[in-house]
Amino acid sequence: MTPALETIGLQKRFGGLTATDNVSFRLEKGARHALIGPNGAGKTTFINLLTGVIPPTSGRILLEGADITRLCPELRVQRGLARTFQINQLFPAMTPLETLGLAVSERKGSGRDWWRVFGSDREIVDEVVGIAQRFRLADVLDERTSNLPYGKQRLLEIAVAFACEPRVLLLDEPAAGVPEAERHELLATVAALPRDVSVLLIEHDMDLVFSFAERISVLVNGGLFTEGTVDEIAADPRVRAVYLGESVDE
Amino acid sequence: MQDKPFMSSLTTDEVATSLRRKGRWGLGEVLFWLAAAATLFFLPERHLILNEIAIIGLFAVSLDLILGYAGIVSLGHAAFFGVGAYVAGIFAKEMTGDPLTGLAVAGVAAALLGFATSFLVLRGADLTRLMVTLGVALVAGEIANQASWLTGGADGLQGIMMGPLLGMFEFDIFGTTAYAYSLVVLFVLFVVARRIVHSPFGLSLRSIRDNSLRARAVGIPVNRRLVAIYTISAAYAGIAGGLLAQTTQFVSLDVLAFHRSADVLLVLVIGGVGYLYGGLIGAVIFKVLQDILSSMTPQYWQFWIGLILVVLVLAGRERLTERARFLAGRLFGRSAGAPRTAPAREGRP
Repeated sequence: MTPALETIGLQKRFGGLTATDNVSFRLEKGARHALIGPNGAGKTTFINLLTGVIPPTSGRILLEGADITRLCPELRVQRGLARTFQINQLFPAMTPLETLGLAVSERKGSGRDWWRVFGSDREIVDEVVGIAQRFRLADVLDERTSNLPYGKQRLLEIAVAFACEPRVLLLDEPAAGVPEAERHELLATVAALPRDVSVLLIEHDMDLVFSFAERISVLVNGGLFTEGTVDEIAADPRVRAVYLGESVDE
Repeated sequence: MQDKPFMSSLTTDEVATSLRRKGRWGLGEVLFWLAAAATLFFLPERHLILNEIAIIGLFAVSLDLILGYAGIVSLGHAAFFGVGAYVAGIFAKEMTGDPLTGLAVAGVAAALLGFATSFLVLRGADLTRLMVTLGVALVAGEIANQASWLTGGADGLQGIMMGPLLGMFEFDIFGTTAYAYSLVVLFVLFVVARRIVHSPFGLSLRSIRDNSLRARAVGIPVNRRLVAIYTISAAYAGIAGGLLAQTTQFVSLDVLAFHRSADVLLVLVIGGVGYLYGGLIGAVIFKVLQDILSSMTPQYWQFWIGLILVVLVLAGRERLTERARFLAGRLFGRSAGAPRTAPAREGRP
């Protein structure tokens, strides 16, 4: 079966530094896959390569078998590759309603529509409400985003990406900075993502990784160190040495 | 897909209404345009200055489309205004004196220049854009100066003869036809601009302004959107310039001067950025103040406008209008307040 997302010999060098070193990675369809690694392992660079923020030095990226290596970021999104950001990237002055509506209408190709009033398309509104319910944002749809509690903003961050109707969703530390009281809601929502979306989770939080992921890849010094099921990785003494050992005292 | 176990506090109907409400005409807006139309009949001796106000208002709306909605700062918007003015003037002299045809040609010419130079403002931050737009306006000004065989150079473009509007209404010396013409053009273009900013396209512009990284991440082709709005804005400015050339039947190098670009920025700051009426209200305040102050002592005009600018920017226009809106709300009840709240972002003068 064609994987949802695949990289072949992906490499990125910044001068003398190899930030991504010959990574050949497969994300299967419907996967719940986590990418872990110590700080500076190149996780962010890898995400930026996948989403097209920076071009690779060499290697290829395939989205459902189609080569997207040279595609610009917005076209990758249109092809079904969406991401969330480790630090919220939202529109503070807009409401969640407008934010989600924007993403949905872009996807439906009405973003160029300059004549119809935003919100007059019933189909788009229906979809926005559906997404808001799924991400527990229905009660704050009309609030200014900057006034939302941080946990809700994190949910919106994921909801916007979801509104792009991705086939592959990259979650970059979705729980980062969320206070304990709001954490449960976030984790439950992430766990409830539909199975037709393949998810790659980049995470530091081992509780979240072990509760969510089915497979784990470990990135060390820019290269894929090992990959396996949750149990295999948890039992792997080398992984403990390079990664888990460090994170215990975090 | 799984079912939705969460309670929704907003129904789809409410959401749709809430979204559409922003696109609906408010009472304040209707009153505003009724008042503008009334000046056609009740202030006949003021039509010359009202004509100027309408033109500056249109120019400010044009700048607001890129500055307030797309976040593109410009110190050279006069380039499009001036090109529109010269094209309309030359077209009337060389081709035909029909105002509407000339105006369309002026708009298209400015749009072409806007499209061509839009690629220069795509890259870079605010400072780069300020310099690039300033540079384009300086270049345009110098070309108009040198090409005196076409533009009249420093003497200005003279001998423009305008035909009657729609073949019926001659331009009169009191400026009544001129003002009615400018006001109708302003209104039509304003309605179009209003549609644009409330459309999905307009929302995508605001999203680019607020966070272009995220805008790209939801699949918005940022550069294409910016090119589009820059071109539209240039066309608007060109039409404003064309109106000036046609209604005054004269074009001088002044239309491309730096102070034109600076004045329109001032007008927008006075009236409010990111809020279409801001340009119109700003134009009224600016022109009326200029009229009153400079008739008292010409040199004091600069002093007062400078002072007002400093106060506006330091005290924050938001706070001042908020207070005014609050007072208006108490006086007239809530619905008679300003048409809608300005989504202006903080920290931008």
